[in-house]
Amino acid sequence: MSRTVYDLIGLAAGVAFILALKGLSHPKTARRGNLIGAFGAGLATLVVFFYSNENSSLPLNNLGWILGAIAIGLVIGVPAARKVQMTQMPQLVALFNGVGGGAAALVAIVEYLNLGDQATTAEVVFTVFTVIVGCVSFSGSIITFMKLQELMTTRPVIFPAGRFIIAATLVSVIGVGGWVVSALGTTPLLILAGLSLLFGILFVLPVGGADVPIVISLLNAFTGLTVAASGYVLDSTLLIIAGTLVGASGTILTRKMAEAMGRSLFGTLFGAFTAKAQDSSGAAEERPVQSGSPDDVAILLNYARRVVIVPGFGLAVAQAQHTVRELADLMISKGIDVAYGIHPVAGRMPGHMNVLLAEANVPYDQLLEMDEVNPTFGQTDVAIVIGANDVVNPAAQTTPGCPIYGMPILEVNNAANIIFLKRSMRPGFAGIENELLYDPKTMLLFGDAKASLTKVVSALKAL
Amino acid sequence: MAILSIFVLSVFVGFEVVSKVSSTLHTPLMSGANAIHGVILVGAIIVADHSKTNLELGLSVAAIILATINMVGGFVVTDRMLEMFKGNKK
Repeated sequence: MSRTVYDLIGLAAGVAFILALKGLSHPKTARRGNLIGAFGAGLATLVVFFYSNENSSLPLNNLGWILGAIAIGLVIGVPAARKVQMTQMPQLVALFNGVGGGAAALVAIVEYLNLGDQATTAEVVFTVFTVIVGCVSFSGSIITFMKLQELMTTRPVIFPAGRFIIAATLVSVIGVGGWVVSALGTTPLLILAGLSLLFGILFVLPVGGADVPIVISLLNAFTGLTVAASGYVLDSTLLIIAGTLVGASGTILTRKMAEAMGRSLFGTLFGAFTAKAQDSSGAAEERPVQSGSPDDVAILLNYARRVVIVPGFGLAVAQAQHTVRELADLMISKGIDVAYGIHPVAGRMPGHMNVLLAEANVPYDQLLEMDEVNPTFGQTDVAIVIGANDVVNPAAQTTPGCPIYGMPILEVNNAANIIFLKRSMRPGFAGIENELLYDPKTMLLFGDAKASLTKVVSALKAL
Repeated sequence: MAILSIFVLSVFVGFEVVSKVSSTLHTPLMSGANAIHGVILVGAIIVADHSKTNLELGLSVAAIILATINMVGGFVVTDRMLEMFKGNKK
């Protein structure tokens, strides 16, 4: 195969990636877009086996190792992607992103070892960039994975003098990067990789649970840029195009996500530098709450004209999507006007809740986005909040300085009655007390969301 | 220079193609873009081919495994997400 044919096929794959991103931006074409992207990636991978550069031999050296490694990757990656619960999907995406960043860093290190002192300064600079950003993306993604999987606290981790440690680490990363460029050598590069891994951890630790999706999206864009930089070192136009596309679209996506959540990107990323110790008021736990029985809830619903269901991550954890649909169908059959109010970040990521409800065949036209549903809470008799907390917490509007301040919320506090289905009084993912739980018009129904909903359904049927 | 042009144009295309995405699709789009950067697999295969020492080969084999997980896993999980949207608009 000649260089021209190779480049043309690379160009085709690049076009496939553009069409993929374009397709993924619209609901109707999204699935096809993803398949086009997969096709482009498969094509690009296949072609490398027939041509990699002018002086490469065919078949490729180490072909057995290459095929074996791909087989191992398939055996790990495919079952993980197919078997993961939809509720755990965000952390899987974080993990996939992390391993991609790790792969880019490894590729850069191998190429650096291989080029030795033949590397041009530009190549070394790009290598240094790839190693730093790839390692940050890898270790940062592992931390986001652990936060989402709740293997560690979801609250911001702030340690004494944290900002100085982070700043010092960043300065040393840049310094060692300069050292690699000027002095060359394997040891400095490995030190650089180690420091970058450390920086990735320190960078993500102070990020609060609710902001994790933004960080995943940002690290995703980072990984894209490292792929583009590797493309420069390896003289592969395809890698430059694909990596840059992901870097650019990922940056825009990160900004849009931050906007949807009403977060400032800057505030999220540099939370470590501005965060103050939170005043977690222990006094709040002592106050009385009003809890009810499934029968009380059923009676309240039976005499409502309009009910808005606000699903949260707790609903997904309890696998209660189907039961909630059953309840909605029952209410509709009684002539009650039912809608779902979907917060942009309900679940763990923007759009996550839509995926989970679609899985339970909830009709699309009952799902209202925040801007549509908020003006209607004033005419709503009952708002049922199922396993959600932060997205309805009025503190986001009333308490400057709390971690979710400024995040747009579903204004269920305007509804005539509020029912919270909760497992316990534990605060939400962001770790903030919710004043609404103590409101006189709020009724709490404790227990597993699915079990509680089943009881409400049978109580409502009996009425 | 050609490389710089490719880079700059790709940045603009990247900005443009996702400029009108609705928040419903943020997660699948991120996941799909995530899968696309799995093409670093191509780079990993190229460096495996170049590898002269055991260290280089070991590192590139690790890179191939990670990149394959990223690429294939990414596309599969995105497809599963989007499967859920199918048939919603009856």
